[in-house]
Amino acid sequence: MSAATPSVRLPRLDRTGSVAFRRVLLSEWTKLRSVRSTKWSLGVGFLLTVAFPIAFSFATSSHWGSMSPQDRADRQPLDIALVGVNVAQLAIAVLGVLLISAEYSTGSIRSTFTAVPKRLLVLWAKLIDYSVVSLALMVPAVLVSFFSSQAILGRHDILQISFTQPGVARAVLGGALYVMLVGIFALAIGAIVRNTAGGIAAFAGIFFVLPPLMFVLPTSWNNAISQYLPSDAGRQLFSLHHASHSLRPLTGGLVFAAYCVAAIVIAAVLLVRRDV
Amino acid sequence: MIEARDLTKDYGSKRAVDGLSFTVRPGIVTGFLGPNGSGKSTTMRLILGLDAPTRGDVTVNGSDYREHAAPLHEVGALLEARSVHTGRSAHNHLLALAQTHGIPKRRVSELIDLVGLHEVARKRSGKFSLGMGQRLGIAQALLGDPKTVMLDEPVNGLDPEGIHWMRNLLKGLAAEGRTVFVSSHLMSEMALTADHLIVIGRGKLIADTSVDDFVSRASQKVVVVRSPELESLRAALAGPDVSFEPAERGALEVHGLTAEQVGDAAAAAGIVLHELTPRQASLEEAFMNLTRDEVEFAAELQEVVA
Repeated sequence: MSAATPSVRLPRLDRTGSVAFRRVLLSEWTKLRSVRSTKWSLGVGFLLTVAFPIAFSFATSSHWGSMSPQDRADRQPLDIALVGVNVAQLAIAVLGVLLISAEYSTGSIRSTFTAVPKRLLVLWAKLIDYSVVSLALMVPAVLVSFFSSQAILGRHDILQISFTQPGVARAVLGGALYVMLVGIFALAIGAIVRNTAGGIAAFAGIFFVLPPLMFVLPTSWNNAISQYLPSDAGRQLFSLHHASHSLRPLTGGLVFAAYCVAAIVIAAVLLVRRDV
Repeated sequence: MIEARDLTKDYGSKRAVDGLSFTVRPGIVTGFLGPNGSGKSTTMRLILGLDAPTRGDVTVNGSDYREHAAPLHEVGALLEARSVHTGRSAHNHLLALAQTHGIPKRRVSELIDLVGLHEVARKRSGKFSLGMGQRLGIAQALLGDPKTVMLDEPVNGLDPEGIHWMRNLLKGLAAEGRTVFVSSHLMSEMALTADHLIVIGRGKLIADTSVDDFVSRASQKVVVVRSPELESLRAALAGPDVSFEPAERGALEVHGLTAEQVGDAAAAAGIVLHELTPRQASLEEAFMNLTRDEVEFAAELQEVVA
């Protein structure tokens, strides 16, 4: 920028293209990878998924000698392997909310929708990009947790399970699928609420506050209702044993997916209708 | 080309834009002028389809902004409020926008160089100064080589050198045949840059005129004279459209006559003059006169509400 420049010329753009969905996917990927919160959340998510099972396995293994037979029988190796999923889901949910709420808090949503005025393309692209990323992160994470926790518990035959045993592979990979769906659900909530604190609070309310509230209800009501809550239904994806009042893995997964679809539909309708 | 017809926007019970109809033509710089809070930014958001109008419509280059297949090639916009993720670098911000249209990466570097952000392009944009933020916004507006350029208060936060650069840029863009639509609350800035003016106050159209017309209409004929024979001069100048006001140091302000008319009349009457100074109302005054009613009304309203 020089004051001496008599006129400023904008270089011409020789090749021009139109907005296309594959391009929006790439754009959203660039956005996803270019903020720190992504690296932090994904890093923490991976670490928690892996670290908790390893720590719990060591704890179980070292206390094995002093444990009662009853206590030993209660140890579920798959629960130990997937305990981190319960914690990692929070990191993935927070990032899911942030991916859209931060666009509103910083105002970058105006740039986004000016470039892509057909707003739903942006929502679909965010959902797909984030699903791929969270699944690509969580599949290795649950596999590492399963095999490392099994290796640490190797001395105790009673705690050994095979990956090829019925339901085990489904439960391990189901843990990754569950976290991916949590990310999708959280992103949709972020799009509905458009505010980081509000979005995270809404997610925490539905996943962590609502389930214990159900225990105030008469047991029969609780059993009838709780199984259909998003968290309880989704959890069946990575559970090996199912109580009589919980859904089967496939049904639970479908119920949770239906919640995700409902949240996405609400988000889509609001996204198109509301002013930015 | 931007065409607004009866454009109206309500936020709750407040009418931010009220029945605006105007056309912004290519090849010239059109200034969009109005006091703060007069609805300029809202109008621009309506043009970009970010907000939906309550009534009326607006088209850019012949169609609704949302219907364009390649909006960044149609309109390049700088919005007043920050519209960049503070955690993302200028380079990645522009790259993500470019990718939506398949605009090549080198175009991003080209624009970053054009606005002089090369050294900070990889830093988090949240640390940018106001001026740097404006430059990034301008790079964003020009990214798609757009037919229409729309900038909301572009000189905000720029240093004098940057303001000069901006004026040249806008004139150059218009000379290339683009439509250039620039908002400001500063009349003086617009007088230097714009060819045409659209003036609004409280969401309503006040004037849609060339800058030259606006200036000549706004500049009232006022002449300051000093003379040892003021009384005789008054008598010589008296007429139906002429009025007098005392000025400083015994001078006289003559309203309704040009300096030439005053000088000729004095000479004809043989009256000695010690000073003969034409005084133009500044553009800023003219603008204030034009929008005063709107602003005053708003101020009164605020008092009532408070």
